[in-house]
Amino acid sequence: MVIAEGTSPQATQGTGERSWHGIVLQTLKRNEISLVPYVPDRVLTPLITSLHADPFFTTFATAREEEAVGIVSGAWMGGRRGAVLMQTSGFATLANVLASLAVPYQIPLIMFVSERGTLGEFNYGQSLVCRTMRPVLDSLALEHHTITRFDELEFIADRSIKQAVTTQAPVALILNPLLTGGKTFDK
Amino acid sequence: MSAKMNTGNTKVMNRFDVTSRLIAKLKHEEAVIGGIGNTNFDLWAAGHRPQNFYMLGSMGLAFPIALGVALAQPDRRVFALEGDGSLLMQLGALSTIASLKPKNLIMIVMDNGIYQITGAQPTPAAGVADIVAIAVGSGLSNSAWAADEEDFERLVETAMSATEPHLIAVRIDDKPGVGTTRRDPVQIRERFMHGLGVREPL
Repeated sequence: MVIAEGTSPQATQGTGERSWHGIVLQTLKRNEISLVPYVPDRVLTPLITSLHADPFFTTFATAREEEAVGIVSGAWMGGRRGAVLMQTSGFATLANVLASLAVPYQIPLIMFVSERGTLGEFNYGQSLVCRTMRPVLDSLALEHHTITRFDELEFIADRSIKQAVTTQAPVALILNPLLTGGKTFDK
Repeated sequence: MSAKMNTGNTKVMNRFDVTSRLIAKLKHEEAVIGGIGNTNFDLWAAGHRPQNFYMLGSMGLAFPIALGVALAQPDRRVFALEGDGSLLMQLGALSTIASLKPKNLIMIVMDNGIYQITGAQPTPAAGVADIVAIAVGSGLSNSAWAADEEDFERLVETAMSATEPHLIAVRIDDKPGVGTTRRDPVQIRERFMHGLGVREPL
Protein backbone atom coordinates (compact mmCIF):
# COMPACT_ATOMS: atom_id res chain seq x y z
CA MET A 1 0.00 0.00 0.00
CA VAL A 2 1.33 3.36 -0.99
CA ILE A 3 0.64 6.10 1.51
CA ALA A 4 0.55 9.64 0.25
CA GLU A 5 3.11 11.86 1.92
CA GLY A 6 1.69 13.66 4.91
CA THR A 7 -1.37 11.52 5.10
CA SER A 8 -1.78 8.75 7.67
CA PRO A 9 -4.01 5.76 6.91
CA GLN A 10 -6.44 6.96 9.55
CA ALA A 11 -6.46 10.58 8.43
CA THR A 12 -7.83 9.48 5.06
CA GLN A 13 -10.99 8.10 6.60
CA GLY A 14 -13.73 10.21 5.11
CA THR A 15 -14.86 13.69 5.92
CA GLY A 16 -17.38 15.28 8.25
CA GLU A 17 -18.14 13.36 11.41
CA ARG A 18 -16.10 10.36 10.31
CA SER A 19 -12.90 12.39 10.12
CA TRP A 20 -10.75 13.09 13.17
CA HIS A 21 -11.82 16.73 13.14
CA GLY A 22 -15.47 15.77 12.75
CA ILE A 23 -15.18 13.55 15.83
CA VAL A 24 -13.54 16.36 17.81
CA LEU A 25 -16.27 18.82 16.80
CA GLN A 26 -19.08 16.47 17.73
CA THR A 27 -17.40 15.59 21.02
CA LEU A 28 -17.06 19.28 21.90
CA LYS A 29 -20.70 19.85 21.06
CA ARG A 30 -21.93 16.85 23.01
CA ASN A 31 -20.09 18.16 26.06
CA GLU A 32 -21.54 21.68 25.62
CA ILE A 33 -18.17 23.25 24.86
CA SER A 34 -19.14 26.23 22.75
CA LEU A 35 -16.23 28.67 23.18
CA VAL A 36 -13.10 27.71 21.23
CA PRO A 37 -10.30 30.29 20.96
CA TYR A 38 -7.20 29.13 19.12
CA VAL A 39 -3.81 30.00 17.74
CA PRO A 40 -3.93 28.34 14.35
CA ASP A 41 -1.95 25.40 13.05
CA ARG A 42 -1.92 23.88 9.59
CA VAL A 43 -3.02 20.48 10.86
CA LEU A 44 -5.89 22.03 12.84
CA THR A 45 -7.21 23.97 9.85
CA PRO A 46 -10.05 21.58 8.90
CA LEU A 47 -11.23 21.57 12.53
CA ILE A 48 -11.01 25.37 12.76
CA THR A 49 -12.88 25.72 9.46
CA SER A 50 -15.70 23.45 10.58
CA LEU A 51 -15.95 25.20 13.96
CA HIS A 52 -16.35 28.55 12.19
CA ALA A 53 -19.03 27.04 9.96
CA ASP A 54 -21.11 25.80 12.91
CA PRO A 55 -23.16 28.51 14.68
CA PHE A 56 -23.08 26.49 17.90
CA PHE A 57 -19.49 27.60 18.40
CA THR A 58 -17.93 30.95 19.20
CA THR A 59 -14.47 30.45 17.78
CA PHE A 60 -11.75 33.00 17.07
CA ALA A 61 -8.00 33.48 16.92
CA THR A 62 -6.06 34.96 19.82
CA ALA A 63 -2.64 36.56 19.65
CA ARG A 64 -1.10 34.15 22.15
CA GLU A 65 -2.07 30.81 23.63
CA GLU A 66 -2.06 32.07 27.21
CA GLU A 67 -4.57 34.72 26.19
CA ALA A 68 -6.87 31.92 25.03
CA VAL A 69 -6.34 30.13 28.35
CA GLY A 70 -7.35 33.30 30.19
CA ILE A 71 -10.49 33.61 28.07
CA VAL A 72 -11.74 30.06 28.62
CA SER A 73 -10.87 30.30 32.32
CA GLY A 74 -13.04 33.40 32.67
CA ALA A 75 -15.78 31.77 30.64
CA TRP A 76 -15.74 28.68 32.86
CA MET A 77 -16.19 30.84 35.95
CA GLY A 78 -19.07 32.58 34.16
CA GLY A 79 -20.74 29.27 33.43
CA ARG A 80 -19.70 28.65 29.82
CA ARG A 81 -17.43 25.83 28.74
CA GLY A 82 -14.48 26.31 26.42
CA ALA A 83 -11.48 24.58 24.92
CA VAL A 84 -8.22 25.91 23.46
CA LEU A 85 -6.61 24.73 20.22
CA MET A 86 -2.88 25.18 19.70
CA GLN A 87 0.31 23.73 18.34
CA THR A 88 3.17 22.17 20.30
CA SER A 89 5.23 25.36 20.25
CA GLY A 90 2.23 27.25 21.62
CA PHE A 91 1.89 24.87 24.51
CA ALA A 92 5.50 25.68 25.37
CA THR A 93 4.42 29.23 26.25
CA LEU A 94 1.89 28.08 28.87
CA ALA A 95 3.90 26.92 31.91
CA ASN A 96 3.25 30.14 33.83
CA VAL A 97 -0.49 30.32 33.21
CA LEU A 98 -0.94 26.63 33.98
CA ALA A 99 0.93 26.95 37.27
CA SER A 100 -0.59 30.28 38.34
CA LEU A 101 -4.16 30.12 37.01
CA ALA A 102 -5.52 26.81 35.72
CA VAL A 103 -4.05 24.50 38.36
CA PRO A 104 -4.27 26.54 41.59
CA TYR A 105 -7.76 27.86 40.82
CA GLN A 106 -8.91 24.35 39.81
CA ILE A 107 -10.15 25.26 36.35
CA PRO A 108 -11.02 22.45 33.92
CA LEU A 109 -8.88 23.80 31.11
CA ILE A 110 -9.33 21.62 28.02
CA MET A 111 -6.44 21.83 25.55
CA PHE A 112 -6.12 20.25 22.13
CA VAL A 113 -2.50 20.31 21.00
CA SER A 114 -1.55 19.52 17.42
CA GLU A 115 1.73 17.69 17.83
CA ARG A 116 4.64 18.99 15.79
CA GLY A 117 8.22 17.88 16.27
CA THR A 118 7.89 14.14 15.80
CA LEU A 119 7.27 11.47 13.14
CA GLY A 120 8.79 13.32 10.24
CA GLU A 121 9.44 16.79 11.61
CA PHE A 122 11.58 18.93 9.32
CA ASN A 123 12.14 21.92 11.62
CA TYR A 124 14.79 21.35 14.29
CA GLY A 125 13.23 23.99 16.57
CA GLN A 126 9.88 22.20 16.48
CA SER A 127 11.47 18.87 17.34
CA LEU A 128 13.25 20.44 20.32
CA VAL A 129 10.27 22.35 21.70
CA CYS A 130 8.16 19.20 21.41
CA ARG A 131 10.45 17.53 23.94
CA THR A 132 9.52 20.15 26.56
CA MET A 133 5.77 19.46 26.39
CA ARG A 134 5.35 16.22 28.32
CA PRO A 135 7.91 17.11 31.01
CA VAL A 136 5.96 20.34 31.68
CA LEU A 137 2.67 18.44 31.84
CA ASP A 138 4.21 15.79 34.10
CA SER A 139 5.87 18.36 36.36
CA LEU A 140 2.41 19.71 37.24
CA ALA A 141 0.92 16.18 37.32
CA LEU A 142 -1.55 17.19 34.62
CA GLU A 143 -3.67 14.62 32.85
CA HIS A 144 -2.61 14.20 29.22
CA HIS A 145 -3.18 11.73 26.44
CA THR A 146 -1.47 11.34 23.10
CA ILE A 147 -4.10 10.26 20.59
CA THR A 148 -2.70 8.18 17.75
CA ARG A 149 -5.67 6.07 16.67
CA PHE A 150 -8.91 7.16 15.04
CA ASP A 151 -10.87 4.40 16.77
CA GLU A 152 -9.73 5.65 20.19
CA LEU A 153 -10.23 9.37 19.57
CA GLU A 154 -13.87 9.73 20.60
CA PHE A 155 -13.47 7.64 23.74
CA ILE A 156 -10.35 9.46 24.91
CA ALA A 157 -11.65 12.94 24.07
CA ASP A 158 -15.14 12.44 25.50
CA ARG A 159 -13.99 10.75 28.71
CA SER A 160 -11.16 13.24 29.24
CA ILE A 161 -13.45 16.24 28.87
CA LYS A 162 -15.91 14.76 31.34
CA GLN A 163 -13.09 13.98 33.77
CA ALA A 164 -11.67 17.50 33.48
CA VAL A 165 -15.06 19.02 34.29
CA THR A 166 -15.94 16.70 37.15
CA THR A 167 -12.50 16.81 38.78
CA GLN A 168 -11.98 20.52 37.99
CA ALA A 169 -8.56 19.82 36.55
CA PRO A 170 -6.87 20.68 33.22
CA VAL A 171 -6.33 18.11 30.51
CA ALA A 172 -4.16 18.13 27.38
CA LEU A 173 -5.20 16.04 24.40
CA ILE A 174 -2.23 15.71 22.08
CA LEU A 175 -3.20 15.02 18.48
CA ASN A 176 -0.38 12.90 17.09
CA PRO A 177 0.55 12.78 13.36
CA LEU A 178 -0.59 9.14 13.32
CA LEU A 179 -4.12 10.52 13.83
CA THR A 180 -4.00 13.72 11.83
CA GLY A 181 -1.37 13.07 9.17
CA GLY A 182 0.81 15.78 10.63
CA LYS A 183 2.66 18.37 8.60
CA THR A 184 5.38 17.49 6.13
CA PHE A 185 8.14 19.43 4.47
CA ASP A 186 6.42 20.26 1.21
CA LYS A 187 3.36 21.86 2.79
CA MET B 1 4.63 59.46 31.55
CA SER B 2 6.09 61.98 29.20
CA ALA B 3 4.87 65.48 28.60
CA LYS B 4 5.03 64.88 24.87
CA MET B 5 2.17 62.42 25.10
CA ASN B 6 -1.39 63.58 24.90
CA THR B 7 -1.89 63.40 28.64
CA GLY B 8 -0.97 66.94 29.51
CA ASN B 9 -4.32 67.71 31.09
CA THR B 10 -4.47 64.39 32.90
CA LYS B 11 -4.36 64.54 36.66
CA VAL B 12 -2.25 62.03 38.55
CA MET B 13 -4.75 60.10 40.65
CA ASN B 14 -4.52 57.31 43.21
CA ARG B 15 -5.31 53.68 42.45
CA PHE B 16 -7.16 52.95 45.68
CA ASP B 17 -9.22 56.11 45.41
CA VAL B 18 -10.15 55.46 41.78
CA THR B 19 -10.95 51.81 42.50
CA SER B 20 -13.15 52.81 45.43
CA ARG B 21 -14.99 55.29 43.20
CA LEU B 22 -15.63 52.53 40.69
CA ILE B 23 -16.89 50.04 43.28
CA ALA B 24 -19.25 52.67 44.72
CA LYS B 25 -20.92 52.92 41.31
CA LEU B 26 -21.64 49.20 40.96
CA LYS B 27 -25.30 48.51 41.72
CA HIS B 28 -26.07 45.53 39.48
CA GLU B 29 -23.65 42.82 40.63
CA GLU B 30 -21.16 43.76 37.94
CA ALA B 31 -18.14 41.47 37.74
CA VAL B 32 -14.69 42.94 38.45
CA ILE B 33 -11.44 41.18 37.53
CA GLY B 34 -8.39 42.48 39.36
CA GLY B 35 -4.97 42.01 37.71
CA ILE B 36 -1.97 40.85 39.68
CA GLY B 37 -0.38 42.73 42.54
CA ASN B 38 -1.43 46.24 43.50
CA THR B 39 -4.37 46.27 41.12
CA ASN B 40 -6.16 43.50 42.97
CA PHE B 41 -4.80 44.56 46.36
CA ASP B 42 -6.68 47.84 45.98
CA LEU B 43 -9.75 46.02 44.66
CA TRP B 44 -9.64 43.89 47.81
CA ALA B 45 -9.08 46.95 49.99
CA ALA B 46 -12.06 48.72 48.41
CA GLY B 47 -14.24 46.04 50.00
CA HIS B 48 -14.69 42.44 48.94
CA ARG B 49 -17.69 41.69 46.75
CA PRO B 50 -18.80 38.21 45.66
CA GLN B 51 -18.44 39.37 42.05
CA ASN B 52 -14.72 40.19 42.44
CA PHE B 53 -12.01 37.94 41.06
CA TYR B 54 -8.40 38.35 42.15
CA MET B 55 -5.48 37.08 40.10
CA LEU B 56 -2.44 35.66 41.86
CA GLY B 57 -0.23 35.25 38.81
CA SER B 58 -0.66 34.96 35.05
CA MET B 59 0.44 38.57 34.61
CA GLY B 60 -1.37 40.28 31.76
CA LEU B 61 -4.48 38.11 31.71
CA ALA B 62 -6.99 40.37 33.48
CA PHE B 63 -8.51 41.49 30.17
CA PRO B 64 -8.64 37.99 28.64
CA ILE B 65 -10.23 36.56 31.81
CA ALA B 66 -12.75 39.39 31.83
CA LEU B 67 -13.46 38.79 28.14
CA GLY B 68 -14.26 35.17 28.96
CA VAL B 69 -16.66 36.22 31.71
CA ALA B 70 -18.24 38.76 29.36
CA LEU B 71 -18.76 36.13 26.65
CA ALA B 72 -20.25 33.72 29.18
CA GLN B 73 -22.63 36.27 30.70
CA PRO B 74 -23.52 38.86 28.04
CA ASP B 75 -26.18 40.46 30.23
CA ARG B 76 -23.73 41.31 33.03
CA ARG B 77 -21.30 44.22 32.87
CA VAL B 78 -17.73 43.05 33.38
CA PHE B 79 -14.90 45.33 34.49
CA ALA B 80 -11.21 44.52 34.33
CA LEU B 81 -8.56 46.41 36.25
CA GLU B 82 -5.06 46.12 34.84
CA GLY B 83 -1.71 47.79 35.38
CA ASP B 84 0.26 49.30 32.53
CA GLY B 85 3.12 46.85 33.00
CA SER B 86 0.71 43.93 32.90
CA LEU B 87 -1.05 45.21 29.81
CA LEU B 88 2.30 45.50 28.01
CA MET B 89 2.66 41.74 28.41
CA GLN B 90 -0.52 41.03 26.45
CA LEU B 91 -1.18 43.87 24.00
CA GLY B 92 -2.59 41.41 21.48
CA ALA B 93 -5.58 40.93 23.77
CA LEU B 94 -6.73 44.45 22.88
CA SER B 95 -7.15 43.45 19.24
CA THR B 96 -8.96 40.24 20.18
CA ILE B 97 -11.43 42.30 22.23
CA ALA B 98 -11.77 44.89 19.46
CA SER B 99 -12.52 42.11 17.00
CA LEU B 100 -15.19 40.46 19.18
CA LYS B 101 -16.72 43.78 20.36
CA PRO B 102 -18.29 42.51 23.59
CA LYS B 103 -20.84 45.16 24.54
CA ASN B 104 -20.49 44.47 28.26
CA LEU B 105 -16.71 44.71 28.79
CA ILE B 106 -15.04 47.74 30.37
CA MET B 107 -11.25 47.84 30.70
CA ILE B 108 -9.49 50.14 33.14
CA VAL B 109 -5.73 50.66 32.96
CA MET B 110 -3.90 51.99 36.01
CA ASP B 111 -0.84 53.65 34.48
CA ASN B 112 2.01 54.75 36.74
CA GLY B 113 4.76 53.97 34.25
CA ILE B 114 6.53 51.74 36.74
CA TYR B 115 6.66 48.22 38.10
CA GLN B 116 5.80 49.58 41.54
CA ILE B 117 5.71 46.24 43.33
CA THR B 118 9.16 45.10 42.22
CA GLY B 119 10.98 48.28 43.10
CA ALA B 120 9.47 51.03 40.95
CA GLN B 121 11.54 50.32 37.85
CA PRO B 122 10.21 52.23 34.80
CA THR B 123 8.35 50.13 32.25
CA PRO B 124 9.72 50.07 28.70
CA ALA B 125 6.69 52.14 27.69
CA ALA B 126 7.25 54.87 30.26
CA GLY B 127 7.79 58.17 28.55
CA VAL B 128 7.51 56.82 25.02
CA ALA B 129 4.21 55.00 24.57
CA ASP B 130 0.62 56.11 25.08
CA ILE B 131 -1.71 53.37 26.35
CA VAL B 132 -4.83 55.01 24.91
CA ALA B 133 -3.17 55.47 21.52
CA ILE B 134 -2.18 51.78 21.60
CA ALA B 135 -5.75 50.81 22.45
CA VAL B 136 -7.21 52.97 19.68
CA GLY B 137 -4.65 51.60 17.27
CA SER B 138 -5.65 48.10 18.33
CA GLY B 139 -9.21 48.81 17.26
CA LEU B 140 -10.73 49.92 20.56
CA SER B 141 -12.08 53.26 19.42
CA ASN B 142 -13.87 53.93 22.71
CA SER B 143 -10.66 54.51 24.67
CA ALA B 144 -9.88 57.61 26.68
CA TRP B 145 -7.69 59.07 29.40
CA ALA B 146 -9.57 60.12 32.51
CA ALA B 147 -8.72 63.78 33.09
CA ASP B 148 -9.50 63.63 36.81
CA GLU B 149 -11.66 61.69 39.28
CA GLU B 150 -14.92 63.27 38.13
CA ASP B 151 -14.05 62.55 34.52
CA PHE B 152 -13.25 58.94 35.47
CA GLU B 153 -16.70 58.56 37.03
CA ARG B 154 -18.31 60.10 33.96
CA LEU B 155 -16.42 57.71 31.67
CA VAL B 156 -17.49 54.75 33.81
CA GLU B 157 -21.13 55.84 33.59
CA THR B 158 -20.90 56.19 29.83
CA ALA B 159 -19.30 52.76 29.51
CA MET B 160 -21.95 51.13 31.69
CA SER B 161 -24.68 51.92 29.18
CA ALA B 162 -22.58 51.43 26.06
CA THR B 163 -23.00 48.86 23.32
CA GLU B 164 -19.29 48.46 22.60
CA PRO B 165 -16.26 47.73 24.79
CA HIS B 166 -14.69 50.74 26.48
CA LEU B 167 -11.18 51.34 27.81
CA ILE B 168 -10.43 53.97 30.43
CA ALA B 169 -6.83 54.83 31.24
CA VAL B 170 -5.95 56.51 34.52
CA ARG B 171 -2.65 58.13 35.39
CA ILE B 172 -1.86 57.08 38.92
CA ASP B 173 0.82 57.85 41.48
CA ASP B 174 3.57 55.51 42.66
CA LYS B 175 1.83 54.39 45.86
CA PRO B 176 1.59 50.68 46.69
CA GLY B 177 -1.73 48.94 47.16
CA VAL B 178 -3.61 49.61 50.39
CA GLY B 179 -4.55 46.03 51.32
CA THR B 180 -3.36 42.50 50.70
CA THR B 181 -5.66 39.98 49.07
CA ARG B 182 -6.10 36.67 50.87
CA ARG B 183 -4.21 34.32 48.59
CA ASP B 184 -6.65 31.42 48.52
CA PRO B 185 -7.18 30.67 44.82
CA VAL B 186 -9.78 27.93 45.17
CA GLN B 187 -11.90 30.00 47.51
CA ILE B 188 -11.51 33.09 45.29
CA ARG B 189 -12.69 31.13 42.25
CA GLU B 190 -15.51 29.35 44.04
CA ARG B 191 -16.90 32.49 45.65
CA PHE B 192 -16.65 34.33 42.34
CA MET B 193 -18.74 31.59 40.73
CA HIS B 194 -21.30 31.92 43.52
CA GLY B 195 -21.29 35.67 42.99
CA LEU B 196 -22.00 35.20 39.29
CA GLY B 197 -24.85 32.81 40.01
CA VAL B 198 -23.09 29.89 38.36
CA ARG B 199 -23.07 27.74 41.50
CA GLU B 200 -24.64 27.50 44.90
CA PRO B 201 -22.51 26.86 48.01
CA LEU B 202 -22.54 23.30 49.33
